[in-house]
Amino acid sequence: MRAMPLDAAPATTRPLVEVEDLARDFDVSKPWLIRLLQGERRRILRAVAGVSFAIPRGTTLSLVGESGCGKTTVARLVVGLYAPTRGTIRIDGIDLASLTSRAQQAPVRRRLQMIFQDPYASLNPRWRVGDIIAEPIRAFGLLKERSDIEARVSELLRQVGLSPKDAEKYPHEFSGGQRQRISIARALSSNPEFLVCDEPTSALDVSVQAQILNLMKDLQERLGLTYLFISHNLAVVRHMSDRIGVMYLGRIVELAPGETLFASPQHPYTRLLLEAIPDLEMTGRQRTPVGGEVPSPIDPPSGCSFHPRCPFANDRCRAEAPRLIRRGETEVACHAVEEGRLAA
Amino acid sequence: MPLLEVNNLRVEFPTRRGVLTAVDDVSFTIDEGEVLGVVGESGAGKSITGAAIIRLIEPPGRIAGGEIRLNGRRIDTLPPEEMRRVRGRQIGAIFQDPLTTLNPLYSIGRQLVETMQTHLGLSDREARARAIRWLEDVGIPGAAQRIDSYPHQFSGGMRQRVVIALALCAEPRLVIADEPTTALDVSIQAQVIALLKRLCREHGTAVMLITHDMGVIAETADRVAVMYAGRIAEIGPVREVVKNARHPYTEGLMGSIPSLTHRVARLRQIDGAMPRLTDIPKGCAFNPRCGRAFDRCRSERPELMATGGPSRAACWLYAEGGHARDAA
Repeated sequence: MRAMPLDAAPATTRPLVEVEDLARDFDVSKPWLIRLLQGERRRILRAVAGVSFAIPRGTTLSLVGESGCGKTTVARLVVGLYAPTRGTIRIDGIDLASLTSRAQQAPVRRRLQMIFQDPYASLNPRWRVGDIIAEPIRAFGLLKERSDIEARVSELLRQVGLSPKDAEKYPHEFSGGQRQRISIARALSSNPEFLVCDEPTSALDVSVQAQILNLMKDLQERLGLTYLFISHNLAVVRHMSDRIGVMYLGRIVELAPGETLFASPQHPYTRLLLEAIPDLEMTGRQRTPVGGEVPSPIDPPSGCSFHPRCPFANDRCRAEAPRLIRRGETEVACHAVEEGRLAA
Repeated sequence: MPLLEVNNLRVEFPTRRGVLTAVDDVSFTIDEGEVLGVVGESGAGKSITGAAIIRLIEPPGRIAGGEIRLNGRRIDTLPPEEMRRVRGRQIGAIFQDPLTTLNPLYSIGRQLVETMQTHLGLSDREARARAIRWLEDVGIPGAAQRIDSYPHQFSGGMRQRVVIALALCAEPRLVIADEPTTALDVSIQAQVIALLKRLCREHGTAVMLITHDMGVIAETADRVAVMYAGRIAEIGPVREVVKNARHPYTEGLMGSIPSLTHRVARLRQIDGAMPRLTDIPKGCAFNPRCGRAFDRCRSERPELMATGGPSRAACWLYAEGGHARDAA
C-alpha cells in the first residue's frame, strides 16, 4: 500500500477527492454445496468495473444512470461502507486503504459524510433528533461538554431550517422533507468537507425537493462543501452539478462539465437518456423511443457493454471495451465517437 | 356527452381521530379518446379519485357524496356484481407496480385469456390467438413462445407492457393509469409511455393518467387537473397549465421542477408542506403557503372559476374584483 500525502501537485490545487480505477465485485453464487451438486460455477456481479474521477474542492460531481448501473455502489465505496475490490480512493491526497487502524481512520472519516436516499430508514426511530444529530460529534469526540454539544445541535438545526426545539422530538413527528433536513444536519455535525449524497431527494415530492436542493446549494456556498451527488434524475443533476458522469453497467461512459454534457452529448447512451426524459418544455413533441433494456451485470455483453442497444455498434464495439478518451472538455468511452463514425 | 363525468365527488375515511376527507368536492369530465392528466404531490387525493371511479377504495374508506357517470349512466350506485362487469370491460386499470397487478401463480397468457373470456365471451382458441396478438402489440419479443411464461420471468418494463395488454384487452372505453411508469427507469419509461399513447390512440381509448411527474403529463395528456389537499386547484389544456399557470400553487409547482433546457441558480420553492388531512386550513387549503393570499382566502373556500384564459382555477385572485383580474 502506498500512502502518498505528498504528491507533485500542491495541496491547494489538488482535487479534494481522487478516485482511480475503482472496482467492486459481489459474489452472488449459490452456497458451495449446491454449486457442487448442480455443477454450477461461481457467479460474480461486477457492480463497479473500473471508475476514475476527481472532484475539485467546493464543486459538485454527479453520477447519473439507471438502476443497476453501479452509482450507489460508487457512493458507498467512497465513504467506506464497502471495501473496493480494486482501485484507490484519495481524500486530500490520503489513500484511504493506507489507513489501517481506527485511530488513523477517524480524522479522515470525520471529513466525509453521507446523506442517504430514504429519510424514513436512515434515522433511528427510537432516538431523539438531538441525539441523532449529536452522534457524529460524540463518536469523533469533537465536543466534550454537554452544553457545548446542545449549542452545536441548535446551530445545526437552524442551519438546515429547523427549530432548535425540534431536538427534543422523534423522527416520526417530521415529514419526509424535514427528515432529510435532519439527515443533512447530522452529516454536517462533524464539520465535513465532503458530502456523498445518494439520491437525497428522490423520495420527496417536487416542491419539497426544490427546498432541499436549494438548501444544499446554500450550504455548499456557505461552507465550501464538495459534493458527490448520485441521482437518476437528469434534471436534478443538471441543476446541482459542475461536472456530470454518466454511468452504464459499472462504468463511466461519459464525463463532462454539466453545460457541455447537455449542449452536446457524445456517447450514444447519453443521447438516449437525454432523449428519453419527458420535459415540460417539449409539450407534444414526438420522440424516438430506443428499444432494449439494461443487461444483467452478472453476465455483461462483450466489448462495449452498451453495444446490444447501440444503433452505431460494429464488430470492434462487440469485441473491444472502449476506454475514456478526452475530446475537448468531454471524456467519452465510445469507439464510434473516437473513429468519427458519429456525427457530433 | 362526455365519456366520464365526475360530479362533486367526496371520499371519506373514518378514523379514530374523526372523519378524514381525502377527496373533497371534485368535479371533472373526460371525453371519448381524451387523455386527462391528474397531477399532484403525495396525499393530494389523485390516486383515491382514480380508485373511487373503479370503486376500488379500501374500506373503511367510502364514497360519501357526488356521482360518477359513464356514458351518462351512474356507476357509483351500481350493485357490486354489475360494477364488476363495468370494471375491465368498460374501464381498465394500470397500477404502478406490475408485480402486484399480475397474479404470480398464473401464466400471463392465462390471465389475458381469462380476462377476454370473462368480458368478451371468446372461445379458447380465439382468446389465445388474441392474447398472442396483444403481446406482440405491446412489444413482447417472441410473444407466441412467451405466452405461457409467468410474471416473475419478465423484467419490470416487460411486466408493465403485459399489464397494459391486460388493461386494454377487453377493449374498455376508459383506462385509469395510476403512476404507470413511476417504478421504471427513464429509458424504459419512455418506451412504456409511447406504447400507452399509441395503443390508446389506435383504439380510441380515453385515459385518466395519474402521476406526480409533470414531465410525463406534459408529454402525454391533452388536459391536466392539478390537485392539492383533496381538491382540484386548476384544470385546463396542458400547454396552458404548464406555460401559463393560473393558480399560485401550480405556478410554484412548475417553478420547483428543475429544467433540462435552462439552468437557474435557485429553484423557486414553495415553503412548507401540503397540510395533513387532519388539519386542512380554513378557506383555501393553500393559503398558508401562498404569497398572494388575502383575507378572503383565509375564510372562504374558492370553487373552480374562469381565469380569463382556457383554464379554470380555484383561486380568489380570479373572482369578481380579484387582484389577478385587474392585472390581466
